[in-house]
Amino acid sequence: MSTQIRPAPVRKSVFVDAPQNHAFDVFTSGIGRWWPKSHKIGEAELDKPVIEPRAGGRWYQLGVDGSSCDVGKVLKWDPPARVLLAWQLTADWTYDPDLVTEVEVTFTPEGSGTRVDLEHRLLERIGERAETMREAIDSPNGWGLLLQLYSEASAE
Amino acid sequence: MTNSSRVFAALNDPTRRAVLERLRSGPKPVGEIARGLPVTRPAVSQHLKVLKEAGLVDDRAEGTRRIYQIDPKGLGAMRAWLDQFWTGALDAFAAEAERSAKKEKE
Repeated sequence: MSTQIRPAPVRKSVFVDAPQNHAFDVFTSGIGRWWPKSHKIGEAELDKPVIEPRAGGRWYQLGVDGSSCDVGKVLKWDPPARVLLAWQLTADWTYDPDLVTEVEVTFTPEGSGTRVDLEHRLLERIGERAETMREAIDSPNGWGLLLQLYSEASAE
Repeated sequence: MTNSSRVFAALNDPTRRAVLERLRSGPKPVGEIARGLPVTRPAVSQHLKVLKEAGLVDDRAEGTRRIYQIDPKGLGAMRAWLDQFWTGALDAFAAEAERSAKKEKE
């Protein structure tokens, strides 16, 4: 009875005052230097994320205790122009090997620097993996997340 | 307006929050949503339009009526959250890429 909502991809662009290959390297092998630390996937305190620099490489989070939790994997590896990652996290930040959403990041030389375009797509698959409607709405990440976003935004 | 700010703008209204609250129990036509709310039915339709544009509700035709429902899987919220997340993440990435590029030059 429900119609499936297909969310548009999330698209972001940023100009970086740095050469293309440098921007690519910092985004991929340097991900541990800039990735937000506020979200952890496993039980352990997050140390840093790692992207293995090759097609088929793992994308995972290292915990301070040495444990690791998968985030996804490298689908396409075309340095220094593009990397296509699989983001395999559900709405509550747990890894699901059967869930694949795509994060494509392209690096384009522009003037003295690089334009970085990011597209996170196939988000509807996150919904397809949700157990039931009711559960999703009542989960902290369904309806609860919405209200939390709202309260955060209005507190700013 | 970005998708996430559209979501926040849509939520920043007590009537629209009341409308969403009513839709939690299941899909409803406008008349049923409007019943008991201290605003006119056209006003409720207007609020539903804003909520739809923000991706928070969806509608479908059922005979001559339109039935509204909240995004059944919280995807509007999920997308808004990811929108914010990537904004912050890319800003942090750009700052780090520029900082380290400068350092290499020195």
